Amino acid sequence: MSNTRLLTCINCPLGCQLSVTYDDTQILSITGNQCARGKSYAADELYHPTRTVTCVVPVTGRAKPLPVKTTAPVPKDKIFDCLSAIRCVEVSPPIQLGETILANVCNTGIDVIATSPLE
Amino acid sequence: MQKIDLLIIGGGPAGLAAAISAKKAGVENLLILERDAILGGILQQCIHNGFGLQIFSEELTGPEYAARYIAEAKEMEIPYLCNTMVIDITSKKHVTAVSKEQGVLFFEAKAIMLAMGCRERSRGALAIPGARPSGIYSAGTAQRFINLEGFLPGREVVILGSGDIGLIMARRMTYEGCKVKACVEIMPYSSGLTRNIVQCLDDYDIPLLLNHTVIDIKGKERLERVTIAEVDENRKPKPETATEIACDTLLLSVGLIPENELSLLAGISLSPVTGGPVVTGQLETTVPGIFAAGNVLHVHDLVDFVSAEAEAAGANAAAYIKGGADFSGKQVPVLDGTSVLGCVPQFLSYAQEMPPVQIMFRPTGVFEKKRICVWFDEVPVLASRIHRVLAPGEMAAIELPSALFADHPAPAFVKISLEEASFHV
Repeated sequence: MSNTRLLTCINCPLGCQLSVTYDDTQILSITGNQCARGKSYAADELYHPTRTVTCVVPVTGRAKPLPVKTTAPVPKDKIFDCLSAIRCVEVSPPIQLGETILANVCNTGIDVIATSPLE
Repeated sequence: MQKIDLLIIGGGPAGLAAAISAKKAGVENLLILERDAILGGILQQCIHNGFGLQIFSEELTGPEYAARYIAEAKEMEIPYLCNTMVIDITSKKHVTAVSKEQGVLFFEAKAIMLAMGCRERSRGALAIPGARPSGIYSAGTAQRFINLEGFLPGREVVILGSGDIGLIMARRMTYEGCKVKACVEIMPYSSGLTRNIVQCLDDYDIPLLLNHTVIDIKGKERLERVTIAEVDENRKPKPETATEIACDTLLLSVGLIPENELSLLAGISLSPVTGGPVVTGQLETTVPGIFAAGNVLHVHDLVDFVSAEAEAAGANAAAYIKGGADFSGKQVPVLDGTSVLGCVPQFLSYAQEMPPVQIMFRPTGVFEKKRICVWFDEVPVLASRIHRVLAPGEMAAIELPSALFADHPAPAFVKISLEEASFHV
C-alpha cells in the first residue's frame, strides 16, 4: 500500500517541494528535488524523523532559568515527552557548560546538557 | 576622565570579536562597555541551535556560541564593565556612560567600536489600529521573558511576521504549552529560513497565512482577539476578508532596526537603506577613528558573519590606533545595482594596492540561477559563479580581489548587480 506526501527539503535555501510516494519500507518515487540530498532527506523524514530539542529548566532560588539542549536529535514523536521529563528537573548552581542535567531522556539514549554555565 | 585607546560599545558577538581581534593586533588599553548584566548580547536569549555552522563547523545554541568568545576575552584579560550604559558619544570621541555602581563615567578614546546591535520594530511604528490592552509584545521581548526572566507572556498566541524571530517563538511557546493559532505574514513569502518554516510551523501544524496582516486589536485590559485580513498586491487590507482570531497574546516580528542613537549624537552619517552608519572598506564611519560592526551596521542573518565582520573591524581599529594606517585614499561610492539592496561598505578607500574587499548586500527578491556582478563605472569587471538561489532572507557577499584594483584605475563608482547565468564579463 503506497502513500504520497509533500515535504519541504531543508538542506539548502532552495527549499525544494518534494512529492514522495512511499510504502512501509522504501521510497517508490520522488519528484521536485534538484539534488540527491533531497531523496535522503525525504527518507529520514518519512521513516525516522528526529529533532534537536532546546528549552530551559528552572534554577532553585533564581529567576533566570538554565538553557539546555539534547546532545543529539530525538525521535520527533517523543519531543513533548522529553519536554515534560526535562521540566521535572530543577537545578542548583554551580553548573558547568555542557554538564549533563538529565541522562538518557525518555529512554532515547540521548542526554540533556546545560548550554550555559551557571555560577 | 579615563583615556582609552579602543572603547567598544556593546559586549555581544560583535563587540567581543572586535575586542579580541584588536588585542591580538596589539591594542592593550581597551575596554568593553555592556549595558546588560552579562556579556553575550542577544545570543544569551537565543537558546535554540543553528549558530556557528560556518565558523566552528558545529551547530551551537546562542549561549554556547557566546561562551566561546566570552572565554577567549576573559583568557586574554580584556577589560569589560557590565551594567554600564553609554549615553553619549561626541565627534571628538568623548564618551559618557552611566552605571548604578560607579555613577557617571567619562572617557576619551583614540578609537571607538560601535557594536550596539539592533532593536525590534514596534506596533507604534506599524500603526496597527485598535485598543491598547496588555498582551502585545515584540517577539524578542517575549523571548527574553521566557528564556532569561522565567515568565510566560501568555497562552493563546498569534504571531505577526514570519521572520526568523517570529518562527522561533512559535516553536518556543508551543514547547511551553501555549497554543499558537497562526503566523500572519503580509508578504507573499516568508523572509525566514525554510528550515524554520518546517521545524517551527509545519511540525506543529501552525498555519502560515501569507498575504495577511492584523487590522484591529480588541480587548479591554487584556488582549481578547485580533482581526486579520488578506491584503492586495499593494499590501492594502481587503476589508471583506476580515476574520477574528481569539487570543491573549500578540507577538510582533516585523523588522529589526540598527540601534544608532549614539551614532547620530556623534554626527555619524547613516544610510537610509541599511539604517546603519555609512562606512568604508575598513568599516570606518564618517567620523575618523569610529568603526562599526555587526547588527548596528546592518542586520545580519548569521552570527558567524557578524564575528568575521567584527574581527576585521577590530584589526582596522588597531591599525588606526597604532598610526600609519592611511585610510584616506580616494573615496569611491559602492552603488546598489539591479536586484541588489543595501551594499556594505558604501565607500571604498581606493588605492592601487589594496587587500581584498568583501561587499555584503541583500537581493531584492527570490532569484534562481544568477551571477553576482561587479561594475567599475558601466563596465562589468567581475562575475561570480552561478548561485542556485538568492533570497532577501539570506545576506549575500561578493569578494573583490586585490588584482581587480591593481588592474583598473579608480572608477567614479562601483556597482553590484545580479545578472543572468549567461552573463559574462
